[in-house]
Amino acid sequence: MAKSQSVALERKKLMADPVMVTTIVLLITFLALFILYPLAILLVDSFIGNNGLTFDVFKRVLDMPTFRKAITNTLNVGILVGILSTLIGLLFAYVEVYVKVGKGVGGLFKMVSMLPVVSPPFVLSLSVIMLFGKAGLITRFLLGIYDNSVYGFWGIVVVQTLTFFPVCYMMLRGLLKNIDPSLEEAARDMGASRFRVFINVTLPLLLPGLGNAFLVTFIESIADFANPMIIGGSYDTLATTIYLQITGAYDKVGAAAMAVVLLSITLLMFAVQKYYLEAKTAATLTGKASRGRMLIEDRSVTVPLKAMCALAATFVILMYICVPIGALFPTWGYKFTPLTFKWFNLVFTRYHGFVAFRDSFLLSLVSAPITALLSMIISYIVVKKRFSTKGFIEAVSMLAMAVPGTVLGVGYIRGFSGGVFHTGFLQGIYGTALILIIVFVVRSLPTGTRSGISALRQIDKSIEESAYDMGADSFRVFMTVTLPLIKDSFLSGLVTAFVRSITAISAIILLVTPQFLLITVQINEFAEKGAFSVACAFATILILITYSSVLLMNLFIKHFGTSKQIKESLNNG
Amino acid sequence: MGKIKKGVRLEHISKIYKDPKTGKDFYAVKDASLTIEPGSFVTLLGPSGCGKTTTLRMIAGFESPDEGEIYLGDQPINALTPNKRDTAMVFQSYALLPHYNVFDNVAYGLKLRKIQKEELHRRVMDILALVELDGMESRMTHQLSGGQQQRVALARALVIEPSVLLFDEPLSNLDAKLRVSMRTEIRRIQQEVGITAIYVTHDQSEAMAISDDIIIMNKGIITQKGTPQEIYYHPNSEFVADFIGEANFLNGVAVEIKDDFALLQVEGNPIKVAVQAGMEIGREYSLVLRPESGNLIDKGGLPCKVVLSCFMGSYQNYHVLVGKTLVKLTVHNPKNRRIYQEGESCGLAFGPDDIHILL
Ligand SMILES: Nc1ncnc2c1ncn2[C@@H]1O[C@H](COP(=O)(O)OP(=O)(O)OP(=O)(O)O)[C@@H](O)[C@H]1O
Ligand SMILES: [Mg+2]
Repeated sequence: MAKSQSVALERKKLMADPVMVTTIVLLITFLALFILYPLAILLVDSFIGNNGLTFDVFKRVLDMPTFRKAITNTLNVGILVGILSTLIGLLFAYVEVYVKVGKGVGGLFKMVSMLPVVSPPFVLSLSVIMLFGKAGLITRFLLGIYDNSVYGFWGIVVVQTLTFFPVCYMMLRGLLKNIDPSLEEAARDMGASRFRVFINVTLPLLLPGLGNAFLVTFIESIADFANPMIIGGSYDTLATTIYLQITGAYDKVGAAAMAVVLLSITLLMFAVQKYYLEAKTAATLTGKASRGRMLIEDRSVTVPLKAMCALAATFVILMYICVPIGALFPTWGYKFTPLTFKWFNLVFTRYHGFVAFRDSFLLSLVSAPITALLSMIISYIVVKKRFSTKGFIEAVSMLAMAVPGTVLGVGYIRGFSGGVFHTGFLQGIYGTALILIIVFVVRSLPTGTRSGISALRQIDKSIEESAYDMGADSFRVFMTVTLPLIKDSFLSGLVTAFVRSITAISAIILLVTPQFLLITVQINEFAEKGAFSVACAFATILILITYSSVLLMNLFIKHFGTSKQIKESLNNG
Repeated sequence: MGKIKKGVRLEHISKIYKDPKTGKDFYAVKDASLTIEPGSFVTLLGPSGCGKTTTLRMIAGFESPDEGEIYLGDQPINALTPNKRDTAMVFQSYALLPHYNVFDNVAYGLKLRKIQKEELHRRVMDILALVELDGMESRMTHQLSGGQQQRVALARALVIEPSVLLFDEPLSNLDAKLRVSMRTEIRRIQQEVGITAIYVTHDQSEAMAISDDIIIMNKGIITQKGTPQEIYYHPNSEFVADFIGEANFLNGVAVEIKDDFALLQVEGNPIKVAVQAGMEIGREYSLVLRPESGNLIDKGGLPCKVVLSCFMGSYQNYHVLVGKTLVKLTVHNPKNRRIYQEGESCGLAFGPDDIHILL
């Protein structure tokens, strides 16, 4: 049995479609050049010296006590943050799915899950410093503690947990909703207490999902740059150590080797998460729950659970509110009245606010549609097309998800500052807006692709086949059928890409040149200098921008998005 | 539609798939050869998983054959993509474009062919009239009933005037009554347009009702091709006989072969059947008797015993034992006939032409 003829025919059919072939070639070039190559060059840099293969660089960096310390620091933070975020996420998810909650609490939950999406990554660090630091509102003025230090291990853990637990919450909520209530009711009928049911039935079903949530958070935590940078103090993590190795020690080769270490950890965890846990999660929880679940009304259970959630949620919201308010105080920590707009004024008059917002805004505005379109094309190819290199496209775009921004940044520095493979080729893009845009695109691509893939899987393949059969080529099918049908996913991908780009910092801070002022970099700088009021003013405006783009998107989808009936007919088809 | 009609020819077509469970390759379609005459209505019929859809999708171009060549008219089309093939498919799920209304759905193929506005409008409206959907052109597709959606799918396929229309179980999502009226409709339109049609179904009465020719498939292999009558009265295998209608199988050994008849020994009794070329004395044959072809009589025939007798209104249903073989009979219009009761012994009678011998 040989499938050679069909393989040859499929190739011929593909070749008869020049737009498709060009797209695929361009796509592969893009992915190879801007995702694979920067990572490859890190390996080359750290393993190949003047006389061939060498471990000297690795030996050198591993001999640095600071680096060894950074590795343990990062892992310690990652593990604790992973556990805490998963637990808090589970609490929220459980309460939402199992407990009868009123509108108020429900709204609170929605807000909590939304806030981390629209806010820049280091907002929580700023507010923790302002609330609990030396001059903290709570520590100093409420409790009268004058020497509290939030910098270091616990600062990072608290801030990252609050930043990442909503992700766990949303993952686990989806899983809990899929548990068939009759499994638990059967156990209840046999006389098990609610706690026993949770331990014996719910938890085992949820275990792979919890592992999944833990690993996702763990990866996020060790890849996080902004929070450790601001609140880490002298407690360095891998991401900040790599950054300092480049900006402080000017040791790019050493940084490359460090980046390889960080990358190896995230890739390993990503592989476990992707290929082991995700499959297991899908296997234990198949299909949708057949019917509604009896919500818990027993007050001895609901009251404490709800109270814990409300407390946590209020705390989170308080932290976010702290930033805009902080920007209004005349002098943080000393003088609170009268409220003033002077910091906002300063932002625009002295600190080149307009330029910063213009640069950030324009660069993000350009990269968002590119990202959205690119991720839809990748999803289309991955879901609907069959050809041999498709696996490569899928794998590399998913790989980007596991690459920490700092690693990518170092890769770009090593990969493009001297041109491709230090030959001078493409050197021209280094330090330009183009490379910043490319970084934005690469950093947002995986999220967009993932949402595109799940949207496309909803569409019955015969709809596109019918268009193809009527005489449309792949390009027309994509433009006239696929894209209109996943318009919602496209629009939200557009905004997500925009928001992610305008709030990005980890990779971009390594690549930005003085000719561009980016908001996030400004916030980082002012926070480093201790000028928290200015940092808050910048951050407040940034939050306003991102929040209004999300609102705008929702409005847009409501009016111009795919109508409900069409969506329903897609799902039935 | 003044186009030259084209037929379809499959020459030794095979398709290999990988079984997702075992990871082993298997033939979904194996060495299928067949010729479909221009303008004829041909049905691919067979049990689930026998490769009907795969065959149709290879003709449409969605799958590529692993062996053999497909011809449209005289042109080999293996390497052509679906959009370059002069075929149009009507899908089981209708596959209408949900973001377009009826008119735009039907006009889609014409717009791709850059047909001018007036002509496009005229042709769309003509086709909508043909499928009796005039007045509905501005409805969205989700505002239509299943039968109407199916008509839009048909109109959309017809309007581009393809050489061949392909149907993959187009009626299986409709209720039984609508299925019957729609199949008559499809047949009427096909005859009116004179187009070659290949129709996949696993409903044998549907196949009987609309086809010029039926192709029976089993496990990826074409087992028989013929008119509905040929398939029904002269099945070439037990599978076909059993799959189409009800069939009783009797075993008989040829004891005598004459010019116009043959004698076979069945359960110890000689019976007379029409002779078939290639029969040999001494060999055992499987004989097919349709339930409506046999009759019960008091004397003569094959001795048998009634084990079930059941009045069904328009017919009497019998199960009788001939030796150890169970034979099912339907005797029509039982009103003025003698009814045999369970336990009675009698004779099973049939004419020499009512028996079909499987060679
Ligand atoms: N893409 C595929 N990959 C692997 N196996 C496939 C694929 N498509 C079909 N098959 C298998 O090939 C065989 C023939 O499938 P096909 O869809 O042609 O059957 P069918 O005759 O149309 O059946 P039905 O009446 O159920 O629609 C089946 O065993 C099916 O499981
Ligand atoms: Mg089928």
